[in-house]
Amino acid sequence: MSEPDPKAAGAVKDASMIKQKEMIAGHFSALSRAKESGKKVVYTFVPGNLTELLHAFDVLPVYPEINALQSGMRKKSGAYITEAERLGHSEDVCTYVKCDIGMLKAGNIGPTGEKLPEPDLLLLSYTGCFTFMKWFELLKREYHCPVAMLHVPYQGDGEFTPAMRDYVVDQLRTEVIPKLEQITGKKLDEAKLEEALARSSVAEDDLVWVLESAKNKPSPIDAYFGGVYYIGPIFTAFRGTDLAVDYYRTLRAEVQQRLDLGLGPLTPEGEMKNERYRLVVEGPPNWTSFNEFWKMFADEGAVVVASSYTKVGGMYDAGFRHDPTRPLETLAEYCAGCYTNLNLPSRISMLEKYVREYSADGLLINSVKSCNSFSAGQLMILREVEQRTGVPGGFIETDLVDPRYFSAANVKNRIESYLQMIEQKRRNAGARVSVQVPAAVAPKTRLAVLP
Amino acid sequence: MKSFLGIDLGSTTTKAVLLDDGGSVLGRGITNSRSNYHLAADIARDEANVDARFTLLDRALEAAGETGEEAVQFRKRLLYHFRKVQQLAQLASLRDKALVEARGGRLGHHGAPLEDRLARLFEDLETNWRKPRLGGAARSDFFRDQASGDFARMAEKLADRALPFDVLMSVFDKVIIQVENERIDLTFEGNIRRALVSCLENESPERRARYEAAVLSVADTPLDTVRSIGTGYGRQTLPFPKDSIRSEILCHGLGAHVMFPKTTTVLDIGGQDTKAIQVDGDGIVTSFQMNDRCAAGCGRYLGYIADEMNMGVHELGPLAMQSTRHVKINSTCTVFAGAELRDRLTMGQRREDILAGLHRAIILRAMALLARSGGVADEFTFTGGVANNPAAVQALRQLVEENYGSRTLNISPNSIFTGALGAALFALRASQEVANA
Ligand code: SF4
Repeated sequence: MSEPDPKAAGAVKDASMIKQKEMIAGHFSALSRAKESGKKVVYTFVPGNLTELLHAFDVLPVYPEINALQSGMRKKSGAYITEAERLGHSEDVCTYVKCDIGMLKAGNIGPTGEKLPEPDLLLLSYTGCFTFMKWFELLKREYHCPVAMLHVPYQGDGEFTPAMRDYVVDQLRTEVIPKLEQITGKKLDEAKLEEALARSSVAEDDLVWVLESAKNKPSPIDAYFGGVYYIGPIFTAFRGTDLAVDYYRTLRAEVQQRLDLGLGPLTPEGEMKNERYRLVVEGPPNWTSFNEFWKMFADEGAVVVASSYTKVGGMYDAGFRHDPTRPLETLAEYCAGCYTNLNLPSRISMLEKYVREYSADGLLINSVKSCNSFSAGQLMILREVEQRTGVPGGFIETDLVDPRYFSAANVKNRIESYLQMIEQKRRNAGARVSVQVPAAVAPKTRLAVLP
Repeated sequence: MKSFLGIDLGSTTTKAVLLDDGGSVLGRGITNSRSNYHLAADIARDEANVDARFTLLDRALEAAGETGEEAVQFRKRLLYHFRKVQQLAQLASLRDKALVEARGGRLGHHGAPLEDRLARLFEDLETNWRKPRLGGAARSDFFRDQASGDFARMAEKLADRALPFDVLMSVFDKVIIQVENERIDLTFEGNIRRALVSCLENESPERRARYEAAVLSVADTPLDTVRSIGTGYGRQTLPFPKDSIRSEILCHGLGAHVMFPKTTTVLDIGGQDTKAIQVDGDGIVTSFQMNDRCAAGCGRYLGYIADEMNMGVHELGPLAMQSTRHVKINSTCTVFAGAELRDRLTMGQRREDILAGLHRAIILRAMALLARSGGVADEFTFTGGVANNPAAVQALRQLVEENYGSRTLNISPNSIFTGALGAALFALRASQEVANA
């Protein structure tokens, strides 16, 4: 769920960053002109988004989660959330929702300073998060526009059966497509959809290549803090477009170049010179203090080599590609395969695989207060992955966009403690010498002393 | 002699532990953290150095075969006189500053009478200076606490209409901060000779010579701190290089392991945070959980409750132990602590019952962290200021038993030094690493 301001990603600006920034600016500018240009606008969610279908109808998508995280990065979310709470939304409601409601009440000005158009349709792809339904119920009350509901069954048993797929395809046929036809006044252009899907799969190949480049040592990318930039275009308005194909080509070439030169990832402070810890991170990042949070890792030489968050908009590294020969089926499978629609055993297997394949030193969970889809079961996940892989787990708590839930001192303390714990374990594993501890200190014990 | 220093810069107190190169504790020192972490670290270190010299003196006496009652008594008296010399030096500084304050500044208009009154007050304090408390190293009465109690008592006696109690106390409040923030020589080397003189006053020349020789040889032994490691809440502000800073979680784990080698689970409830730590057989942390940004249920919370009840924080536990009725309290929110308390008092609940409920609520929060960190395994070591509170310990024992079955619960009288001890051991290890490299 990302499309943050590429400015934040380090002092050096790569061509891909500039490109992404232009793409975003172009999109928001098109949105601000939607009324004049006669384009229809659909609000929808990142997980299980049907962007290719929207492009086939030539409508413009708006992703409220992205607006919320953008507000978080631009330090506006605090005031928006307070406004929503003043309107009666409880402290426990997902802060993306409250941030979005607050922004709406403040005039619905988007991240580029332009006003966002009202939706012609709310396309509710329901992939595991109940909050999505409540969120659009609220928006429906504000905008009085139709809602198209796509119910994607949760992969409770760890698989997406043909019957489940047919159930989703059926809804696409009878609910989603008709409603899109209704608001646009045109029939679905199947050829256009297939072309978009074909482009998606090209970009997806490049994205997977980029994410997997982190298997190298040192990793040329940070697959969490940097990763949220890399997933930006493909998780949002650009999947299925030439722009996205082009962006991922450029990005891949840049990463290839870093690899050739043996460079580490870019961080807010420039290039990371000394990779000391390789981590897998589970859970979304904090957006309100994104750079400060990133720096806490970068300062210690910790690079994230794989993350679950960069899979919320699709699990391409697990092999999924959009398939233009089965347009509706492929969309159904895509929706079902988003990370938060997976059951806990599948999440555990995936993280275990990451730890092994990316030679990680640990699994760190960032538990965000807002998100039930991520946070439920996280401690169980942590213990299980620890047990299976033998690498230590760590646990920190923040929030997505509520600045009140980011205590820098506390988070930093925990990250440092966690990394030092990894370091100690590493050293202890290599310990050889041991000395007798005097009785006054520790009766009858031997203490390992490090070489 | 080589020594290794661990400093734990806590939010309320700063602790220092010195180890010798065999890993034995040479000395411990503690002071209140003030707002000046640097100074607090220096003072705690000096205190640990003093304590270390006394340990060396013990060793020297023992080596010289001086183990009889006579030597024990001498050692006791020497410490007493040393503390007295130290504290009178601080008191003298307090007096000088108070007189300067009375002469100039805000209170200048009181003129000579104020100066007079203060002079009398200090004279009395000096002659009646209470026996410095020599309780274990974990004494919680710092110079400030003792001086403020004595000063207030005297001020009450000497106050009158023209110079009310408040005016006298305002002088104290102003200058105690200055005294706390100045570097007075409180070292062993700097003060032991004076202590020795008064201590040996009535001794035979032969004994005097013997003890003097032992003490002065200890004073002259160089105590060379080869490596220091800092930890704790304020560790980032220590003037140590980055590789000399360790997280307090690691230090607590290691410190608890050294104190009780069979430790598997550690619970630390400090002023600002609560930590649940699991360690392996070498004292290396394998998993930990700590409270999030909210300090509800930490030691500070008890501080607020004590203020609200107009009691010392150390009195809360004993009072709660007298509870006879179960009161259930769910909120340990620091912000609402006062309101919660007043509500319950107006409902007619008894103070001891409310307090017992509050202690239980704190421990319940800790239990959640323990569960998240992996549970409570044998043995279980409880550290931090709250470990000195009998009501908290009782609630912990009970809840651990209910949830995990019987566990050996370790609490060290030196538990407040756990983090500093771990840090000192890291210092020792680090220097051994260098030596072995
Ligand atoms: S609860 Fe989580 S998945 Fe649901 S809307 Fe909020 S952030 Fe998204």
